[in-house]
Amino acid sequence: MENEQPYQEISQAPRLDWQVNGRGYYGDFGGAFIPEMLHPNVEELRNRYRSILEDSGFQEEFAGLLRDYVGRPSPLYEARRLSEKYGARIFLKREDLNHTGAHKINNTVGQILLARRLGKTRIIAETGAGQHGVATATVCALMNMECVVYMGAVDMARQAPNVARMEMLGAKVVPVQSGSRTLKDATNEAIRDWINHPLDTHYIIGSVVGPHPYPDLVARFQSVISREIRNQLEERTGQPNPDWLVACVGGGSNAAGTFYHYLDIPSVKLVGVEAAGKGIHSGASAASTVLGRPGIIHGSRTLLMQTPDGQITEPYSISAGLDYPGIGPLHAALFQSGRATYLQATDAEALEAAFELTRLEGIIPALEPAHALAKLKSLSFHPDEVVVVCLSGRGDKDLETYIRNLPEKLKTESKSPGKP
Amino acid sequence: MNRIDQLFCEKDQRVLSVYFTAGYPRLNDTFLVLEGLQESGADLVEVGIPFSDPIADGPVIQESGSRALSQGMTLELLFSQLRDCRRSIRIPILLMGYLNPVLQYGMEPFLRRCVETGIDGVILPDLPLEEYEIQYRKLFQDQGIYLVFMITPETSPERIRAMDRATGGFLYLVSSSSTTGKEKDLGRQFSYFDRVARMGLSHPLVAGFGIRNQKDFREACKHIQGVVIGTAFIEALSGSEDPRQATADFISGILGPSTPAGSKSK
Repeated sequence: MENEQPYQEISQAPRLDWQVNGRGYYGDFGGAFIPEMLHPNVEELRNRYRSILEDSGFQEEFAGLLRDYVGRPSPLYEARRLSEKYGARIFLKREDLNHTGAHKINNTVGQILLARRLGKTRIIAETGAGQHGVATATVCALMNMECVVYMGAVDMARQAPNVARMEMLGAKVVPVQSGSRTLKDATNEAIRDWINHPLDTHYIIGSVVGPHPYPDLVARFQSVISREIRNQLEERTGQPNPDWLVACVGGGSNAAGTFYHYLDIPSVKLVGVEAAGKGIHSGASAASTVLGRPGIIHGSRTLLMQTPDGQITEPYSISAGLDYPGIGPLHAALFQSGRATYLQATDAEALEAAFELTRLEGIIPALEPAHALAKLKSLSFHPDEVVVVCLSGRGDKDLETYIRNLPEKLKTESKSPGKP
Repeated sequence: MNRIDQLFCEKDQRVLSVYFTAGYPRLNDTFLVLEGLQESGADLVEVGIPFSDPIADGPVIQESGSRALSQGMTLELLFSQLRDCRRSIRIPILLMGYLNPVLQYGMEPFLRRCVETGIDGVILPDLPLEEYEIQYRKLFQDQGIYLVFMITPETSPERIRAMDRATGGFLYLVSSSSTTGKEKDLGRQFSYFDRVARMGLSHPLVAGFGIRNQKDFREACKHIQGVVIGTAFIEALSGSEDPRQATADFISGILGPSTPAGSKSK
């Protein structure tokens, strides 16, 4: 049976080791293109992260916090009405039920424990929508550590409630006025902070991006998602492997965590969904695999949206968590090899999918995983196939956008429930 | 002989290198500023290639780059602005920028254009030693273009020696862990300069990041061969209507009236 699986071309593709090599590369992508000023910080991290992560004391503390503080394992919910609609057994991995409302906290819990073992006393982070900033501020409050979050001035205005949350948690939120004043500039500013505070500071990067070892480090912390999926599926279906895994991709941390333990199992089809914004070629999108070319961003060689002259362009998506102009180097390698397929969902498709899930299952998703849900209609499933969609976050933060875009039909229904 | 080597053969103290951003303050000021620097007595120039995401630069240089980009600056345009520069410019010219625009141009075509234009060296802060040795060293050597490496107070002695073997022209000492333009207590830097100077390296030492005036320049040059000034010069250009005059005023402010810039001054 095993050798008769679909996606033959994948098993024939050149074998790539999906673990980073010694220089931090996944195939052609990754590396550590950093100024010498960052060399000591990054080298210390590179030399020590594996032994710290493999230490049993660390693992025990990490697992304990994920269980008791984050609320893991997150449920794997079989969405029956959604399944009926799309003709497959569709399961939702409920990362939206984590403390702080998204998968981001898996990484920040891991990294703050790592930072403590490195003897760091000060934490910095970048944030776009504010979810990673909130998750970082949360663990800093928990561990009583100083926390500085860099956030584009434009994003601060758009995401005021998350700014208030971070400040309530004790973080200092620094508005970034350089460049386009959004996520990529916030990341630049966090890197500059790290250059200026090399000894006492750890930079908690929020996705599988940045110089080696960050992409690997963050993927390992997020891999708790696929580890749990395996156990939960085995329990529920008698088989640890699904047929399909679907997750949204900005930088790609929830997708990396969802794919992680299945990377070497070719029968599991991996689908990442990027933000097409107002349309892939509209000039307002974040579809890095379609529009990107290999280049260097934030210390990593990856697929990246840029001008012919090599200036990094500003992405757009209705979802602030997906508008990053590149993707993590692991995803660039998965895309290049064909091991994973990357699709694109527009703002309108994501909104439609969010409203659909809300009405079919009583779950209001964040706009980011709504992009993943939006592509269920584009995939052809066999009725007994098992599909797992990573529901990476909850929709509370997006309520304003949802209310603004509520379809007329839903408005009427909700106002006059009794009318025929 | 590479012009950088020639410079340090003729002059091994108080070497003044000046950084400015190409296409700034106005798009076509690049050559004007370059010429002004030579005339005023700068020994070496670093022409900045603007980049959208300059992670190792402070706000002043970032802003100058953003402005140059918004005025239409590109790497191709820079090469054409400098096309005939060797008719009048004798001092060594380095291009300084980030790796991505260079990679999009193509490393080999980039280096060939450098040779055609009369560029002597390149500084790429986000190209680390390891990647250079594996991927690019041969290309640089084939074209005879120097890549200048940076070291910091935290760079280990073994790594400094490896950089000394790989670098071309000189070693670029950056001040304590700071993005450009951060003002630091220079006094605290001198023990670091001395420590590196005592290692008996094969290349001259030039220090940058945070040096702003004549006093800093002279003090620093007691410890090392030369100094790079960037942020303070960009600030001087930014408020000026006349870049050539601003350049002359700024450089004479650094070198001082009683200190001619050695045998090379006009």
